[in-house]
Amino acid sequence: MDIRAQVSMVFHLDKCIGCHTCSISCKNIWTDRKGTEFMWWNNVETKPGTGYPTLWEDQEKYKGGWVQDGDRLRLKLQGRFGALSSLFFNPYLPTVDDYYEPWTYQYDELFNAPEGDDQPTARPISMITGKYMDIEAGPNWDDDLGGSPVYAANDPNKDGLTDEERAQLNEVQRVVFFYLPRICNHCLNPGCVAACPAGAIYKRGEDGVVLLKQDQCRAWRMCISGCPYKKTYYNWSTGKAEKCILCYPRLESGQPPACFHSCVGRIRYLGVLLYDADRILDTASSSEAVLVEAQRAIIQDPFDPQVVSAARANGISDAMIASARISPVYKFVKQWMLALPLHPEFRTIPMLYYVPPMLPVLAAVKNGLYNVVGAGENGLAPLISSLEKARLPLRYMASLFAAGNEETVAAVYRKLIAVRLYMRHLTVKDVSLAEANQALNVGQTTAEEVQAIFRLTATPTFEERFVVPPMEREVAIEQTLDPFTHKTQAGFGFRQAPERRW
Amino acid sequence: MIDLALFVAFPYVAVILAIVVGLYRYYTDRFSYSSLSSQFLENRTLFWGSVPFHYGILVILLAHLLALLFPGLWSSLIGAQARLYVLEVTGLALALMAIVGMALLFIRRLNNQRVLMVTSTIDWIFLVVLLAQILLGFWVALFFRWGSDWYLHTAVPWLISLATLSPQAQYVSVLPFIVKLHMLGGFLIIALFPFTRLVHFVTFPITYFWRPYQVVIWNRRVRAGVEVKK
Ligand code: SF4
Repeated sequence: MDIRAQVSMVFHLDKCIGCHTCSISCKNIWTDRKGTEFMWWNNVETKPGTGYPTLWEDQEKYKGGWVQDGDRLRLKLQGRFGALSSLFFNPYLPTVDDYYEPWTYQYDELFNAPEGDDQPTARPISMITGKYMDIEAGPNWDDDLGGSPVYAANDPNKDGLTDEERAQLNEVQRVVFFYLPRICNHCLNPGCVAACPAGAIYKRGEDGVVLLKQDQCRAWRMCISGCPYKKTYYNWSTGKAEKCILCYPRLESGQPPACFHSCVGRIRYLGVLLYDADRILDTASSSEAVLVEAQRAIIQDPFDPQVVSAARANGISDAMIASARISPVYKFVKQWMLALPLHPEFRTIPMLYYVPPMLPVLAAVKNGLYNVVGAGENGLAPLISSLEKARLPLRYMASLFAAGNEETVAAVYRKLIAVRLYMRHLTVKDVSLAEANQALNVGQTTAEEVQAIFRLTATPTFEERFVVPPMEREVAIEQTLDPFTHKTQAGFGFRQAPERRW
Repeated sequence: MIDLALFVAFPYVAVILAIVVGLYRYYTDRFSYSSLSSQFLENRTLFWGSVPFHYGILVILLAHLLALLFPGLWSSLIGAQARLYVLEVTGLALALMAIVGMALLFIRRLNNQRVLMVTSTIDWIFLVVLLAQILLGFWVALFFRWGSDWYLHTAVPWLISLATLSPQAQYVSVLPFIVKLHMLGGFLIIALFPFTRLVHFVTFPITYFWRPYQVVIWNRRVRAGVEVKK
């Protein structure tokens, strides 16, 4: 057993309101520089949709992640020899047009326009070339299903649906969507790290944050293809890849990452998980049918004395273990089994988990009328059996969160429904005890568990949502420098701006 | 005198520049030690330019190097006429590949607005020098026949004399002007190397062949075993 700690995340999709505050706070802090205008380390996409960059989930196009090749796990992109022989040209690299050409407007034309009969206009100019341009795509071009005949219609997750189901999803009365906020998953088996020929990307041993050494990046561009989530980006101005750093400077001073902190819907949870690093390869190469279970199984119980002693032996501090014990991520993922990895079949073992959204599943059209289950004359009773009549087929959710295993997502939904019904029984009192108990049974949960889920979902405090583990920066500093010397030097390093001077 | 300056002093200056400035840049501004790929901005022409150029130029460079390092092996290789023909024709074909590739890359940089934005003055200077050098090489190979042979008796002893610090310019001073230009061009490129994006040449990530796929860095374990100063 090789126990390591991993700062991990849960996003509760039912709570996301698609406000993009997370994206903006991230952009303001990290990517408002030249060369990074098109980068959104945090982005929120509308599902169904093709996402950002366009069709990122289509690995036949981008060759991200890992594939099972016999009994070997290999990068879908290429082998070692393939990597070195395609340094001169990476055939699967997304180009700026797969994201969008960043632009601004010529605002000064508004102020400097001479008096005239027409309103002055500010024309868009490219932030790459500085020339006038026609805007053809943007960071959220298909927000709220805009342009859905093109975007939503081509969502790769619809591949598993029947033609009939697909046609239904295009009917105006049945149109349905939800938001999918995405950041780097800080995976256990990252494709970007494995694909980098220069070895510039690494995982921090102590907390699992995946970082990219700017000084060692040589612009070979393989990480951008290697990451199946397209969460490493190429800075076209400096010629370096860049990615989400999980706001580690904030984590190190005890604050949650900016996108977490600013999240309006309070959908985000952060906490540490303990996992067994010896099992990474086995887990990543599990068969598709058990992928989600395997990815859950690699996470270890922080109360198990064996795990704890193995963790201590690996230098994990007691404070870190204590933090793992109150981690909301552990509860959502392992204890309650409500949160699922996004596209586990990419086999990178992502450490960002999603509680799938209920709303699009529970509303249906009946006799030509839009009907949210629970609003009809049958009260809430149909909730229990409604999964089969879901508006967005379960298969779609299964394609996103369970490598196609409908039963895995159905189990999550049954528990989520139990939470709703039971709490409704307690608070609104229009659900009978019998019905509530039946829901608990079907959801395979208990009254206590349901209340705990409700508490952490609906009314958690800031400290309950974000259990930032002690990052023990001081210990790391001590290893290299006398802390008092460090204290007087901090902030006066020889850092240079990330610009090319040669 | 001029021969001494061009074929003795200049090569030394070029090599010293390459090493000293190259190291200086590596240790003071490692951030800039890369090729600054523009594939992200334009990728169609890049394929037809970059791939033939790189493979063409690399193999030709390798042949130059092989003959220099193993002249005995090389002369036995070109001993038979058939082999000599094959070698020369292959060389010409590769040079042509490199020229076409380079020309495409040149046009791409000029024509594509986006790529133009990430092109600096030194990039242009270097592009011109490189293109000229390849063209000169092609010219030499075409009009001064059997270069794979006379190279062994002119440039090779000259380069060896330079390397062994007993420089003898007379090996090359009587050669035709075009040939001399090509030789000087080589050293000009070496001299320009540390100032341009050509530095990416020495960062070829050969270690990728054997390093483990996953890289994990520990703050604490790096120093494990090292006594911490109190
Ligand atoms: S800030 Fe929160 S609620 Fe708003 S879009 Fe981002 S994740 Fe969703």
